[in-house]
Formats: sequence, structure tokens, C-alpha cells
Amino acid sequence: MKVVLHGTRGAYPTSTPENQKYGGDTPCIELIHGEERLIIDAGTGIIGIDWNRYDPSKRLDILLTHLHMDHIQGLGFCKPLFDPNREVHIWGPKNGTYSLNTRLNRFLSPPLFPVVLRDIPSQPHIHELSQSEIELGPFTIQSNYIVHPGPTLGFRISCEGKTLTYIPDHEPMIGTDELYNDDRWISGFDLAYKTDLLIHDSQYEREEYIKGKIGWGHSCMTICSEFAARTQVGRLVFFHHDPAHNDTRRTQMFEDFMESSNYSFPIELAVQGQEIEI
Amino acid sequence: MAGHAIEVILSRQLADSLNIPVFIVDPEGNLLFYNAPAEELLGRRFEDTGEMPMEEWSTSFYPTDADGTPIPSDKIPLVSSIKNQMPAHNNFWINSFDGRSVNISATAIPIVGRAGKFVGAMALFWDTESKV
Amino acid sequence: MAGHSIEIILSRQLADKLNVPVLIADPEGNLLFYNPAAEELLGMRFEDTGVLPMEMLFKYTYPTDDHGNPIPTEEDPLVICLTHHVPAHKAFWIKSFDGNKVKISATAIPIVGRAQEFVGAIGMFWDIEKKV
Repeated sequence: MKVVLHGTRGAYPTSTPENQKYGGDTPCIELIHGEERLIIDAGTGIIGIDWNRYDPSKRLDILLTHLHMDHIQGLGFCKPLFDPNREVHIWGPKNGTYSLNTRLNRFLSPPLFPVVLRDIPSQPHIHELSQSEIELGPFTIQSNYIVHPGPTLGFRISCEGKTLTYIPDHEPMIGTDELYNDDRWISGFDLAYKTDLLIHDSQYEREEYIKGKIGWGHSCMTICSEFAARTQVGRLVFFHHDPAHNDTRRTQMFEDFMESSNYSFPIELAVQGQEIEI
Repeated sequence: MAGHAIEVILSRQLADSLNIPVFIVDPEGNLLFYNAPAEELLGRRFEDTGEMPMEEWSTSFYPTDADGTPIPSDKIPLVSSIKNQMPAHNNFWINSFDGRSVNISATAIPIVGRAGKFVGAMALFWDTESKV
Repeated sequence: MAGHSIEIILSRQLADKLNVPVLIADPEGNLLFYNPAAEELLGMRFEDTGVLPMEMLFKYTYPTDDHGNPIPTEEDPLVICLTHHVPAHKAFWIKSFDGNKVKISATAIPIVGRAQEFVGAIGMFWDIEKKV
């Protein structure tokens, strides 16, 4: 299974020269197994996907972790959606009060977007997920809610014995970086347990988080790594880079963090365009 | 701009995750937040009303008893909870913003942090006709 | 090993921050957690007892009415809440760990998550004599 990181930046896209190393597009990743593909999140990173690599007759599935703007703002510019001959399925978190269709309509409608969801040529099929398990081609996808403002899912995707866990926005413990001793009380634990590759929120520096970002729904490198260690992951990718952190700062944060820590699994910063073989 | 107390932040995140209508107020009774199920019950969205002072929200739903008599504000659980810093519970009728008359069971609990500081209150409303 | 639902996790994170005794129960009536304020009242530590069946709680606290008569289990707010999935509220006496009788106001709230599933209940109890 191969993972391609099309967008790694949190909050909003950045295009400044100082933010080119790790990328400026907002979250989107692609899983590839043979001829089969799966897209997760539709940040601006989805816009850059080369759809000609795929068989255009193939069904396209897009999973959304949640509907914050940075994770859906590329959806309206995703070419397959505007192909009337394309079968497109969009999966996202269930919320008891408003259907996913209704919530997507809030974005894909005037004044925010000129085309309403029902008029999108591909007529996408909308599906809701909660604590669910589905199969899409060779991929088995487990989803569950995790701690982040609003209904937000994490995903665990298995394919031929390999697993990827994708939790791009996550604040497992609000206001502290100490996880509960009992694993059952850790948000996202089951999704990440012994996964081969964990792609996880690591937006802030620790001091930055403690001083002013508690409750914002994101992690720092410290808590992200503690979560990864507790769940015994094989490999960790720091994701959802803060747009206010330029390449130099992000690199320094990472080097400082690695210097002061000693984890048994490899840790790296997500780089837009990176392809990771699991 | 001072952020909300961690207990209020957590209350909101919990309220966000529930399918039960929830209001959160500060120690002065200003309505800080109500969740999506509360929006549905009230017929108005939080993003439209925003925060409201107690005098406004406590009367705008026209809380009454079964005979239609307005109930005194201190019988409204959330008002009582703010005043006495104790849990409170009551059943009454409200007019939602879109004119529906709804019988609700309201339970309010004060939010008191570890340091003993009273930081607000949270109320859960239950449409007595609804089933889970 | 299935983890707790997000609503239960957030309930605990909130309970951990409160100075009010809080219990969290699953739909089967097992006490999944009680916070330090509850530990103080009950004279037990969660890290020692772990998950407790609710019957044990009644055995330790021996809830009674104003006349000293035992409260039937089905009248306990947490039991009502778990059975009927509605909020419940009652004042009664319990025996605290040091043998003293304490009058408490108990409030139980059902936890119904986004997927509209009933996942448990939060019980809060309040020493009526105590001031915040």
C-alpha cells in the first residue's frame, strides 16, 4: 500500500517561498494499491492530484475526517466531481442533528460556492460514518470519533495486512500532555493501536499549545509522540503543519524535539508530494 | 482577549459531542454556547443569535407552566443554578423561536473547577416527547 | 479491547477538572469512573477499586430518605437515567466513608452521542450543606 501526501498544511493554505519545503496545501492524502485508490480529506491538496493517472471509469471514494474548511475546501475544485460519467462517493462523519448532505450543502452553495451540491454533475453519493467498518475495494476502513471540535473521525485503513492510521486533527487530552494510564480512555487508541504508519496532528510547539491553544483541537509534537508510543505504532509522520510556522521554524522545532526525545519508532515531518510505501 | 476556563472549554466539547440540547452560561448568566440539538429545539442557530445576556435568553423562550402562566425566573433551572451554584431541575413549557410549544425537562449543573472556582453552568434540555 | 466512546472520554476529561463529585456509568450500570471529589465523599479511590458495579456503590453509601428508610434502587437518579434514558434528580441521605450521614442532591444525565446511541450516564452529587 502506498500513501501519497498531497496536502500537509493545517488551517489554511500557504504559498509563500518560506513554506515550500513541507508544502502549503491543506490536508489530502491518497492511498494506492495496484489500480485501486482512496482519497482521504479534500483540502486544497486534492486539487493537484493527477486524475489522468486513474482509469476515469473507476468509482472514486473520498473520505472526509470532518468538515472544517481546511479539509473540504478543495472539494469544489475536484475535477471528477464535475464529470457526469464518474461515480463519486463521499463519506463523512455522522452528526445526529444535521445530515452530512445538509452540512456539505452549507459550503457547496451560494454565497460560498456557485454550484450547489445537487447540481454537481457527478451527483455524488453521500454516506455517513460513525464508529463504522466498511470495505472499499481492497481497503478495509475503520472509523471512529476522536477529540476535536465538531464531529470528527479518525481512520484506520488496512490492506493486505498493512495498516495506516490517519488522524490529522486531534487533541487527545485537552489541557495536558499526559495520557490516561488506561488505554480505553485515550481518544483514537483503537484506531492507532499497532498501526504500521500513523499520520497525526502535530501542529504546535508544546509551549505554544500550553500558552494559548488549549481546546483548539490540535496536538503538539510531544503529545503526538506520546500517543504514538502508547499505541505502539511502527512509524510516525508529523502532520498538519501550522501555516504560521515557516520551513526554518518547523525544521528547528523538529530538530529540537528529536534531540530531547528517544522513541523507538521512526518519526518524520510530512512533506507534500512525499510517497510512503507501507 | 481572555480565553474561557478549561472546564468551560471541556463542557463545550462535551456538548458538541452530544445529541441532547445543551446550553452553557458564564457566572453572570450570559449564554456562551448552545449546541446543534439545542438549535433544533429552539429553532435558531447559535451562529445567528450569538452570546446572549441572561435577561434576554431566560425570557425569550417564554417559559410557562402547564396552564400557560409564566414561571418565575428563579424557577428556571439554569438561572437557579447560577444564583445558588447548585444543580436544579424543572419541567416547563417553552415557545421555541419558530413558535412551537414544547414541554421540556431541564437539568442545570454548576461548573466548579478543581480550584473551587465557579466558572459557569451547563443545562441539558429534554423534549419530554422525544425518545432515545 | 474496545475503547470508550468519545462522549464517555470527554465526560471523564470534564469530570477530572471539576470540584463536584461525578460518576460515569455505562449502560449496564457499571461505574466506569469517579473523580477525586467523588473519591473524597465516598472514601474510596478509583485507582484502587477500578470499575465498580453500581450495586457496590449503594452498598457503600446506603442511600436513605429523611426518615432513614432505604431508597429503593429504582428511585435512584442514576438508575432511572440508565433505565429510561432521561435526566433524573433527587435529594437523599448517604453514608460517607467516615460513617457520617450526608444529605446530597443527586442529578443524573444520559449521555447520548452524535450517532444517537445511548452510551451511559453522568451522575453528579452535591453535598447540600457545602458552599462553593
